Amino acid sequence: MEALFHVAPYTGYVYPNETVIPWTVMIVIYPYLTGLVAGAFTMSSLYQVFGMQRFKPVAHFAMLTSLCCMIFVPMPLLLHLGHPERALNPMITPHTTSAFAVFGYAAAFYVILLLMENWFVFRPHIIQQAQQRKGLLGLFYRVLTLGSYDVSEKAMSYDRKWIFALAVVGIPGAHGLHGYVGFVFGSLKSREWWSSDLMPPIFLFSAIISGVALLIVLYVLSCKLRKVPIDLDCVKGMAYTLWGFMMFALMLEAVEFASMMYRGREGIEMILQYVTGPLVIPFWTVQLGICSLIPLLLLSTMIWRGTRGKALIAGVVASSMLVLVGVLMMRWNVVVGGQEISKTGKGLLTYHMPWFEQESGLTAAIILMAPFILLTIAVRLFPPWEDGKAAH
Amino acid sequence: MENTVEKLEEEGRRKFLRLFGGVVGGGGIAIAAGTLLTEAAATEAPAKTDIIPAIPGYDWTKHHWAFGVDATKCIGCLRCVEACKVENNVAKDPNHFRTWVERYVTLEGEEHARIDSQQDPVNIAAAGAEGKYRFANRYKDAKVEKAFFVPKLCNHCTHPACVQVCPTGATYKTEDGVVVIDHTYCIGCQYCVQACPYGARFFNEEKRVTDKCTWCYHRITKGLNPACVEVCPVSARVFGDRNDKQSPISIFLRNNRVNVLRPESGNAPNVFYVGIDKEVS
Repeated sequence: MEALFHVAPYTGYVYPNETVIPWTVMIVIYPYLTGLVAGAFTMSSLYQVFGMQRFKPVAHFAMLTSLCCMIFVPMPLLLHLGHPERALNPMITPHTTSAFAVFGYAAAFYVILLLMENWFVFRPHIIQQAQQRKGLLGLFYRVLTLGSYDVSEKAMSYDRKWIFALAVVGIPGAHGLHGYVGFVFGSLKSREWWSSDLMPPIFLFSAIISGVALLIVLYVLSCKLRKVPIDLDCVKGMAYTLWGFMMFALMLEAVEFASMMYRGREGIEMILQYVTGPLVIPFWTVQLGICSLIPLLLLSTMIWRGTRGKALIAGVVASSMLVLVGVLMMRWNVVVGGQEISKTGKGLLTYHMPWFEQESGLTAAIILMAPFILLTIAVRLFPPWEDGKAAH
Repeated sequence: MENTVEKLEEEGRRKFLRLFGGVVGGGGIAIAAGTLLTEAAATEAPAKTDIIPAIPGYDWTKHHWAFGVDATKCIGCLRCVEACKVENNVAKDPNHFRTWVERYVTLEGEEHARIDSQQDPVNIAAAGAEGKYRFANRYKDAKVEKAFFVPKLCNHCTHPACVQVCPTGATYKTEDGVVVIDHTYCIGCQYCVQACPYGARFFNEEKRVTDKCTWCYHRITKGLNPACVEVCPVSARVFGDRNDKQSPISIFLRNNRVNVLRPESGNAPNVFYVGIDKEVS
C-alpha cells in the first residue's frame, strides 16, 4: 500500500504544512519535456524559417521529435493532479488571473500547430504510401491524406508557404509556451528562489540548449542505426548553436544568482546555507561543473582547434549528453530547490523522491522514455531523412 | 471534369485550412494578450456578483469579517488547534493544519529566537500521541530572556495570491471577505499551496484537493464564532464583523495598534496581530 503522503525531513523552523512537499518529480519533468519541445522546434525553424541549409538533414526530424515530446507533456501533470478527471476545468472555466489557466489553450494550440506543420511536411510521403499500401497501414495513410492527393508543383508550393507560415507562428508559439512555464515559477512572490523576472528567459534558453543537444544525440544515433554517413557540417552547425545558446543560458543563470545574492533580501542566510550545503552536489558539481562547464570547455576547444571527423562527433555527442543531464538537473534544482527552502526563511526541507509510486522516479523515467519510443515508430511511418534511407 | 471538381474541392479545403490556421493563430495571440492584461489586474478586489449563497437568513453583502490575534494573551494551550481539527475534520497527523501555534523563545545571550510549533517531534512526544497537542517544557533548565506564542491561520487576504493563481477559480474570495475553496471543482494542482506566503494551505490527502482555514464559514454564517475563537480560554483570538462597530474585532482594531504578517507581499492580510516580535513572519 502506497503511503498517503511523505513527510519531508527538515532543519530549523518550517511551517507545519510545508512538511509535505507539494510539487514532486512530476513537476520537474514537465518543464523538461516542454523545453525539449521548444528546443527541437527552434532547431527545425533555423532551417524552415531562417533558411540555414546545413540544418536540412535534421529539420524534419526535429519537427517529429518536437511533436513526439509534446504529446507526453500533459502526462506528468495528469499524474500529479489530485483530480485528473477535472483536468479540463481550467479550459472550461479558465480563471484568467492564473498563470496556469492558459496552459491548456497554449498547449492545445501548439499541438494543433505541430500536427499541421508535420502534416504539410510529410504530405507527399503520406500520399505516396496511401496509393501504394494496402491493408490497415494503407487505410491509416489514406485517412491521413484527408482526401487530398494533389502533389502538383502548385500544391507543393502552396504547402511550402504553409510550412513557412506555421514555422514562423511556431517560433513565438514554442518559445512563448516555454517562457510561460518559466513565468509559472518566476511570478510566485512566496518563494525567493523562484521569484525572479529572469526566470522565463532562463527557462527558455535552457530549453533551447536541451532541444539542440537532444537532436544532436538522436541524429548521430539515427545515422549509426541506419548505417548512413553523418553529415559533419550539420553536426558542427548544431554544436555551434549549442555553444551559442549555452552562453546565453549560463550568463542569465549567473546574473540571476548574483542578483539574488547581492540583493540579499530577507531569508538570504537560509538560501546561502542551502547553496553551500545541500546544493553542493546537485547544483555546483553536477549542473554547473560536470554538465555545463565541461561541455562548454569541450565545445570551445573543438571549435578553436577545428576538430573534425570522428573526434568531433564523439566530443559533440558527449557534450550534448552532459547538457541533457544538466538541464534536467537545472529543472530539479529550480522546482525541488524552491520547495526545500522554507517560506519561513528559517529552515530547510529535504525532498526524497520515491521510486515506485504514482509520482516517483520510475514514472518519471517511463514518461521521459515514452516520447522516444513513439519517435522510433514515427520515423518509420514518416521518414524524416533527407537521404531517403528508411529507418533500420 | 473530374479534375476540375477535385481542384475545386482542393481549393475549398485549402481555404478552410487557411481560415482555420488564422483562427488558431489569432486565438493563441488573443489568449496570450488576455493573460498579460488580466495578470496586471490580478490583485484587484473581486467583482460584486448577484450570486447569493444558499444559506437561510444570511446575506453575504452585509458582513465584512476579520480576525484579531493578541499574542500577549496566548498561553500556548493549543485548544484552538485541537478544536479546529475536530470541527473541520482535519487529518490528525502533524503535517496538516488549518491553524497552528508557534512558540518563540529567546535564550539569554542568543541573537535569534528558537521557534517551534506543536508539530515538532519533541512536542508530539510530550503530548503522547499525534492528534494530541502540547508544547513540551523543553526550556525549563535554560535561561529564557523572552518567550511568547503566536497563533497562525489563513490570513484571508484582501489580495490573495492563492486566488490569483488558481487555474479554475475553485478558490475564491466571498463578498464577506473569506477565502474559500470549492472542493467539488478544485483539480488538486497545489499551485495555491505554492503561492501562499504563509504556509496556510495544505493538500487534503483524503479528498485529493487543497484545504485551508475558512474561519469556520459554516459557523460564522449562523452567527457563531469560529471554533478556535470559541475555545480560546484567554481571548487571544478575536473575531467579528467590521461592519458592526461594536463587534469584538472592531473594538480590537480601534483599541490596538496592529500588525499584519508579511505586509511587503502585497497580499493585505485580514488577520491582525498585537504583540508580535520582529522575527515573526
